[in-house]
Amino acid sequence: MSEKKYDWLAIAENPKFKELHHKKTTFLFGWWIFSTVYYFLLPIGIAFAPGLFKVKIIGAINFGYLFALSQFFVSWGLAHYYAHVANKNFDTLTKELIIELG
Amino acid sequence: MTMKKIILACTLVFAMFTTAFADEPKQATTDATTIQTTTAQTAADLNTQAAPVEKAVTPAPAPAPPVPAKKEIKVNRTITIGMFLVIVGITMSIVVWSAKRTKTAADFYTAGGGITGTQNGWAIAGDYMSAASFLGISGLISVYGYDGFNYSVAWLVAYITVLLIVAEPCRNAGKYTLGDILAFRTNPKPVRALAALSTVTVSLFYLVAQMVGAGKLMALLVGIPYKTSIIGVGILMVGYVVFGGMTATTWVQIVKAGLLMSGAFLLSLIVLFKAGFNPIGFFADVVNSPHIQDHVSKMLLKDGITISGQEAGQRFLEPALFLKNPLDQISLGMALVLGTAGMPHILMRFFTVPTAQAARKSVIVAMWIIGGFYVLTTLLGFGAALHVTPQGITQVDAGGNMATLLLAEQLGADIAPILGDIFLAFLCSVAFATILAVVSGLVLTASAAIAHDIYVNVIKDGHADQHQQVFAARITSLCVGAAGIVIGLLAEKQNVAHLVGLAFAVASSGNLPVVVMSLFWKKFNTAGVAGGLIVGTVASIFLVMVSPNMTYPKVVAAGAQKVITAMEQKQAELPAGTQLAEADAVALAKARVDYEKNKDGTSIMGLDKPLFPLKNPGILSIPLGFLSAIICSLLFPSRRSEEMFTEVYVRQNTGIGMAKAIDH
Repeated sequence: MSEKKYDWLAIAENPKFKELHHKKTTFLFGWWIFSTVYYFLLPIGIAFAPGLFKVKIIGAINFGYLFALSQFFVSWGLAHYYAHVANKNFDTLTKELIIELG
Repeated sequence: MTMKKIILACTLVFAMFTTAFADEPKQATTDATTIQTTTAQTAADLNTQAAPVEKAVTPAPAPAPPVPAKKEIKVNRTITIGMFLVIVGITMSIVVWSAKRTKTAADFYTAGGGITGTQNGWAIAGDYMSAASFLGISGLISVYGYDGFNYSVAWLVAYITVLLIVAEPCRNAGKYTLGDILAFRTNPKPVRALAALSTVTVSLFYLVAQMVGAGKLMALLVGIPYKTSIIGVGILMVGYVVFGGMTATTWVQIVKAGLLMSGAFLLSLIVLFKAGFNPIGFFADVVNSPHIQDHVSKMLLKDGITISGQEAGQRFLEPALFLKNPLDQISLGMALVLGTAGMPHILMRFFTVPTAQAARKSVIVAMWIIGGFYVLTTLLGFGAALHVTPQGITQVDAGGNMATLLLAEQLGADIAPILGDIFLAFLCSVAFATILAVVSGLVLTASAAIAHDIYVNVIKDGHADQHQQVFAARITSLCVGAAGIVIGLLAEKQNVAHLVGLAFAVASSGNLPVVVMSLFWKKFNTAGVAGGLIVGTVASIFLVMVSPNMTYPKVVAAGAQKVITAMEQKQAELPAGTQLAEADAVALAKARVDYEKNKDGTSIMGLDKPLFPLKNPGILSIPLGFLSAIICSLLFPSRRSEEMFTEVYVRQNTGIGMAKAIDH
């Protein structure tokens, strides 16, 4: 397998890479923390606010059920939002960087 | 040569099935085998983490509970075994087809990187959803209501970590195994050896739990004896992996995910149809079901709470019937959310796609399938509670594992009796395919770690040609599979319920911290990998060994003592000369035996009672894993690792210089 030699330090200093890296890090860790906090609201909520989970919203369906169900939609939503941003911004930046490097 | 191997594989499979049939007539007096079990054991095996806290939910000898006719699971063997054979046939053709395409190490480990994002998404779902998810979670819902649904959430949320943190960087920076990622800027030999050890540990824990569950499930469903099932499943999984490598494993997983989703979808559709496609009405029916109301009030009676009627029905939709310790639940959530991203067999799936974009797409596809399945599970679980009744379900299996199957049988039979048989047989074969798909993925992962990391890179210093590499991988798969079969046979009587939880604990406390830091932290180095992997793994295993998961004879003895006291008191209150009722006398005798047997015993670790109060070690072992990885890195800094970080960081972010898997 013959691999092309790259000057990694030079790429790391490239403003395009810096922009990509900065945008990606903020996005990824920010949203990861959001999703984790949102998830842990479920077990923590059950532990400390069990009454809230029993409040009936529609017919017999209570807040607890809707909140657990919302976890699925939040996860799916976030996954698609990430895909959208990554396809539009991150991939474009990466492509531009690769073209620039030749 | 390949043809020879294929013929050999087919012969093996046929041999296995003839054995299965040969063992049959013992029981096969009628076409339908009737199985009934009330052991909590199977429940525990399948439910893995959610191992029943309660002892068997004995519907106490209460005054005439409105239990419907005694529930049994009747499997039509001809149809079921026929469907099993169809699955074996389909998967064997996959193996024949993939064996021809498996020539290089890259073909064997990563299907040559030629899997598309969508295919990989289905394969991830097939790899991830074990029989525990398929049968266990709907079972939990059917018996404990809301808590079962709540339990399923973390299994999907876990994929956010996979998507955002590990999938693309791993695709960009790795090649075949966890060891490739970790060894990039560290001292490769010790790191690869440790990574391989950790991968094999995690995969074996998971594999043994699956094998034992498979053996018990097959015995329960089709009456194939435990040992025959283990050997049969074992031979099939070894056949898939040895001959077809990653290509065959991937397609077996895709087929399984497809079958699973069609089964779940069809069954949910019938449940919804019965509810007039009205979810509000559906939940109202659940709340108003007298069986569910009675079931809930009996469950709560043990805690000294008395409720009945609609209030009890509504309680079924509220938390804390099953997951009673919130701290344990948070700890479990941590292990799942972080552990999935550290599971070697999940990480390995990202090396099968050609680009980071495809890796991203595969996680999203997998999330829709996995999440969709769990949402449908709500319908199946509550549907089973409504139509089969919790009493009927727990009669067949105390942990509720048979809920989905009973529901299929009943809803099918409501339309036409034969349809019940077919539907049940179909779901049994989905369970069969599920087991095969999951165990094959695990065997492949463990063998890749041994063959690629230890044999090729540590022993042979990376100097092995394609032929040698593939040969080593095949031999290793054979050995790992054989080990899986032997341990599975030995573990028949063991309680393996905690093993899946343990696998997730090790993955989240040992693997995940070192993977994340390898990719994102400049100062991370060899010492950090060693510290994180060793401390995280040892801490998880130790904490589980001293947790309430183990059996504590003195605790058992104390329980027996209580029964003895109660019974003796009852006896004393009886008028002189009268004997205890027979059931009570039996209970008393049993309690005395239990007491004598256990009063001087200690747990595996020589303990009288659990040292660590939680069943899930994550809450303590995950921080320990992260901390020791950080501390060890800082204590033994390495300039080379720091200098090479730039390269790793650029690679993982951009995919520049990516090891092209398609390169032969």
